[in-house]
Amino acid sequence: MNASPVRAEGLAKHFGRLRALDDCTFELPEGSVTGLVGPNGAGKSTLLSLIAGLARPTRGEVSVHGTPVRGRMHPDVSLLTQKRPLYEQFTVREIMRAGAAMNDRWSAARAFEVLDLLAGVDPDAKVRTLSAGARTQVAIAFALGRLPKVLLLDEPLSDLDPLARDETLRIVMTEVAERGTTVLLSSHLLTDLGDVCDHLLLLDEGRVQVVGDIDEILGDHRVVVGPAEVELETDGVVVDSSHTPRQTTALVRGGSAPSGWDSTHPDLEALVMGYLRASRNRKLARQ
Amino acid sequence: MLGGVIEFRIDRHSGVSTYLQIAAQVKQAMRMGLLGPGDKLPTAREVVEATRVNPNTVLKAYRELEHEGLVEGRRGMGTFITASLATDAARADAPLRQDLDRWMGRAVEEGLSADEVDAIYTDVRGAHY
Repeated sequence: MNASPVRAEGLAKHFGRLRALDDCTFELPEGSVTGLVGPNGAGKSTLLSLIAGLARPTRGEVSVHGTPVRGRMHPDVSLLTQKRPLYEQFTVREIMRAGAAMNDRWSAARAFEVLDLLAGVDPDAKVRTLSAGARTQVAIAFALGRLPKVLLLDEPLSDLDPLARDETLRIVMTEVAERGTTVLLSSHLLTDLGDVCDHLLLLDEGRVQVVGDIDEILGDHRVVVGPAEVELETDGVVVDSSHTPRQTTALVRGGSAPSGWDSTHPDLEALVMGYLRASRNRKLARQ
Repeated sequence: MLGGVIEFRIDRHSGVSTYLQIAAQVKQAMRMGLLGPGDKLPTAREVVEATRVNPNTVLKAYRELEHEGLVEGRRGMGTFITASLATDAARADAPLRQDLDRWMGRAVEEGLSADEVDAIYTDVRGAHY
């Protein structure tokens, strides 16, 4: 079987008139770590819950390792949701016992191995006494105890301090190194994404704007700077441009470097910021 | 400790892709004679533990080095150095290096900053190469 770990074809999810996700087609390579980015309301969480099987698509299909996901939790997928629901009164050990009861495939050894990483989490501590970082570690241990082939993380870093963020990413990267798990994680923290992701999936208004290998994507984009009075002539697509009285700066996709303009390839942060700015400007223009 | 051989330092704000930084640091260690034929590079797992980079990025760096004919991946065993980049000129007791060492000592004595030293070095190198 050579089926992609995650493949979406024409995937759409509408809530009444709201098109949370529309006509999304993409594929994630096996063992890749993909950063899922986009403005708030772009459809990131909707996409993750469709892949996990927690919601049914309005149109199109998503499949995991060749099996279509049909509105129930796929056994090969673990999703860590933004709220990380954990029973406050339970001890960590009780949470893991619940994991064993709720899942057909469950490895207590793997779950406790993850709890033991870094500073370690005391299995007899009650969840409500744990720090945000330790809770995240418990939630990840719960997700990895299912021995997933695809790990989905929805804003796993959002309420963590820098040390806990670093440690959370370390745990996820160790999982990738040891088990070759395919990871899709959404985050607004672009600098953190930069060195842990090899692929990017950029959503805006429910549609895929950019998808692929990050080095290839960055190589296909240019940040060009030139004097304000000169019109930018390019055979590429201008994603976003900004002007000061003196100069024009533009993010350009594809094409060759325009002559007479200073041209460099963007880093991940500059690229994503360019797309986010363009998205906001489109919305403002419609109002 | 990555077997004590080499530890990668990733500069997350350099604008240089992480995999190129890793490849460059392996080559630098080879030039300095710290890594030679037969030496094993740290596994992706070891690098992740030390630096939190994506293991795929480490493997991409190793593939790049393999493509350049410097290392060889052996299935289930790891990645090994197969070439030598060490030149006698890079050894600690080589005359050119000792000249530079003395020059650097003078720069420190005269109170030059590292940036100033880099600027002089870059300028002089540019004039000759």
